[in-house]
Amino acid sequence: MMQRNLFATLAGALFGTGLLISGMVDTTKVQGWLDVFGAWDPTLAFVLGGAILPMAIAWRIATRRSRSVLGQDLPSPPSQRIDRSLLLGSVLFGMGWGLAGLCPGPAMASLGFGGWGGLLFLVAMLAGMVAAPVLRTRLDRAPAPTV
Amino acid sequence: MIDPDWIMGLGGGLMIGLAAAMFLLMNGRVMGASGLVGGLVDGSGRSNAAERLSFLAGLILVPALIAALTGGYETHLTQNVAVIVVAGLLVGVGTRLANGCTSGHGVCGISRLSLRGILATLAYLLAGGLVMVAFRHLLGVI
Repeated sequence: MMQRNLFATLAGALFGTGLLISGMVDTTKVQGWLDVFGAWDPTLAFVLGGAILPMAIAWRIATRRSRSVLGQDLPSPPSQRIDRSLLLGSVLFGMGWGLAGLCPGPAMASLGFGGWGGLLFLVAMLAGMVAAPVLRTRLDRAPAPTV
Repeated sequence: MIDPDWIMGLGGGLMIGLAAAMFLLMNGRVMGASGLVGGLVDGSGRSNAAERLSFLAGLILVPALIAALTGGYETHLTQNVAVIVVAGLLVGVGTRLANGCTSGHGVCGISRLSLRGILATLAYLLAGGLVMVAFRHLLGVI
């Protein structure tokens, strides 16, 4: 238990430091990446590429193991289910991401220096997270669209 | 020409990937920022709340400490209160509906070639790009 929490803290610390160094806590870099028709900034592609590389190796190692090093269950194979929640949710997320230039990781990593605006964003994000399960129930209940 | 920001992006990206790799191989968990905090907010992650809180403590406190020691980082977040609130709500609702954000679907999903992760990433990139066209170039709001 202690070890799990210790490695969780380390992972969070490394994640946050990576977000700082890569410039992903700077909303102008994120919006610059999304602004294809403006002064386009490709930095985010380097960040995503750099992050995917070690993680792809980690997934390969994980498939050869039955449990994590600390004895936890490993994640089950990814679901193939493409549903309305996934696509609508991702579109809504992308809209908010573009508007402010913040996604959940950097929003939390910048809490210590992001000022009142950063705090307000985080409070609104948490409120949205509270509302999401209600919305998801409605989505699941609605009849499937005929395409 | 190579922009120094790209090198910093690559280096920081590698750290993000190593963090995700460690969380997977040590703790057996997918490192998704929205899921880790969202499970605490809606109560679905009560069974491993201590692990989630430990992760968030590292994520919030270490960058705060680095910023304090190095003289701070600038987020350049908009001062427009309405934009901040609407964006925050959209990010919160959207990531929980989609069960993931840039770290979960983007980093952890694409790296295992998850169809859900790839489609989610395409959807939020496209939506973000269209928002820039609409709200920056057409309306001039952001």
